[in-house]
Amino acid sequence: MSIPRTIKEAAALIERREVSPVELAELFLERISSEDGKINSYITVWEEAALETARKAEKEISEGNYLGPLHGVPIALKDIFVTKDSRTTCGSKMLRDFVAPYNSTVAGKLMASGSVVLGKNNMDEFAMGSSNETSYFGPVKNPWDTDRVPGGSSGGSAAATAANLCVASVGTDTGGSIRQPGSLCGVVGMKPTYGRVSRYGMIAFASSLDQAGPLAKTVEDAAIILSSIAGHDPMDSTSVNLPAADYASALSADIKGLRVGIPKEYFVSGMDPEVEKSVRKAIAELETLGAEIVEISLPHSRYAVSTYYIIAPSEASSNLARYDGVRYTYRCENPETLRDLFFRSRSEGFGDEVKRRIMLGTYALSTGYYDAYYLKAQQVRTLIIRDFDRAWEKVDVIASATSPETAFRIGEKTDDPLKMYLSDILTIPCNIAGLPGISVPCGFSSEKLPIGLQIMGKPFDEQTVLNVAYAYEQSTKWYEKEVVPLG
Amino acid sequence: MKISKKDVLNTAELARLEFDDETLSRFTRQLGDILVHIDELAELDTKNVEPTSHVLELSIPFRKDKVNQLITAEEALGNAPSKENDFFTVPKVIEDQS
Repeated sequence: MSIPRTIKEAAALIERREVSPVELAELFLERISSEDGKINSYITVWEEAALETARKAEKEISEGNYLGPLHGVPIALKDIFVTKDSRTTCGSKMLRDFVAPYNSTVAGKLMASGSVVLGKNNMDEFAMGSSNETSYFGPVKNPWDTDRVPGGSSGGSAAATAANLCVASVGTDTGGSIRQPGSLCGVVGMKPTYGRVSRYGMIAFASSLDQAGPLAKTVEDAAIILSSIAGHDPMDSTSVNLPAADYASALSADIKGLRVGIPKEYFVSGMDPEVEKSVRKAIAELETLGAEIVEISLPHSRYAVSTYYIIAPSEASSNLARYDGVRYTYRCENPETLRDLFFRSRSEGFGDEVKRRIMLGTYALSTGYYDAYYLKAQQVRTLIIRDFDRAWEKVDVIASATSPETAFRIGEKTDDPLKMYLSDILTIPCNIAGLPGISVPCGFSSEKLPIGLQIMGKPFDEQTVLNVAYAYEQSTKWYEKEVVPLG
Repeated sequence: MKISKKDVLNTAELARLEFDDETLSRFTRQLGDILVHIDELAELDTKNVEPTSHVLELSIPFRKDKVNQLITAEEALGNAPSKENDFFTVPKVIEDQS
């Protein structure tokens, strides 16, 4: 038996009883133990718990109680979703020993679907980063070239999925943190509409932007995971009370007559010419498949990064105030006074990137600067949303590159935070406007590094976004053409 | 706008963070670079533009005022770096009078 790469393949093997969930879990756990040293994509591996869940799944299935396509399938979770009885670190020293007393809704739903969680994926500290170099647990490496970054912040989820150290994973996306690593690692990554998936138990970074979503090898797999995690949750007052569809069953590769907008501002100067070439080719492919290509303008796109780097750090600075060394976090040794405890616990517990963003947010919200920064950014946010609203009068989806470049070298941008921030230039607008977006592989550079095509859609229209990605994927099948050299 | 070392120190005080001299200089430079970039927003005329704090039209959902889930004090204290009985402990806040 060859090791399954997709949910679809794994589910078929399990349903036909060609492999048992326990055998599958053992296979993946062995693979993690022999291969993950090369890429560092897991912070915690659940050897015992995974086998126990797999035995339970095996029993349920053998008793004829088959729960669906995730039953017995080995997946992973970004270490930002709190899980009962196992630590959740968020990639930080601050939470290195933190064990939540409850499960996040995302983790709980995936467990209820019968999937076998193999462990918790590495990530940028508190999801702040575009390269997975800010993790307290060390950088994640890109399985296509281990001298390069996997992207971030869900870099562990993307790298583990690409290297098949899990069939699929769930990450979070605040400014591109699912789509950009998806693009750099050559897997599918989807950020649903803000409010589609519950944020309960998902450690907060920027509450008005954060959203959970799948990383998977195929669009269909991403749709299966999205269906299982989406839906209203009374525990999250920002989760929307709309019925979530069975996205996988409703998938359709028929995109004839669909209008695809191409924003001229998204072909930014400084874009890697190989990326531009692949994306233009992918757009031509969509046209061949019957879509109508429409040039559009999103004039305020160029201000999205600046807007984001006021709003996200501002929200983060107040969200991260809770890490005070008192109740459940790292505490410095021998604090002399309460003030000493706060200052040293926070200064020792947070890494540099997190501190930079707390500083930026605190500054933007402080007396005298609030109007010039925070209020101004919220107004520009309105302008960016209006750009999209106007575009939706003319088109059904918008297509662009996911990232203006392929995976960069480890260490290449660590000394220049601004340069790092600009790598999310094409993914941030989606978060600012709360829209669904997906990255789907669309080729390789001459150095054999993956390139991603981004499709953005109208609020709560995940299905059309998935359909366009699916149509493209089915006609190109990049995921079958190249195999991660990790083996 | 460039930021001064003094502003960085004031902000650090508000954020309950402290830095050594090397980090302070580096952060002053890096935060300055970021703020200069962000100043591009001043180009935009946003007079009469409503601010967006949230993309969804949300109202506060109400539920019955009934206790439906509790974690025990023991669970709540499960991650405490220091505790005594049912309390988190911290260094003494009020000076000893004796």
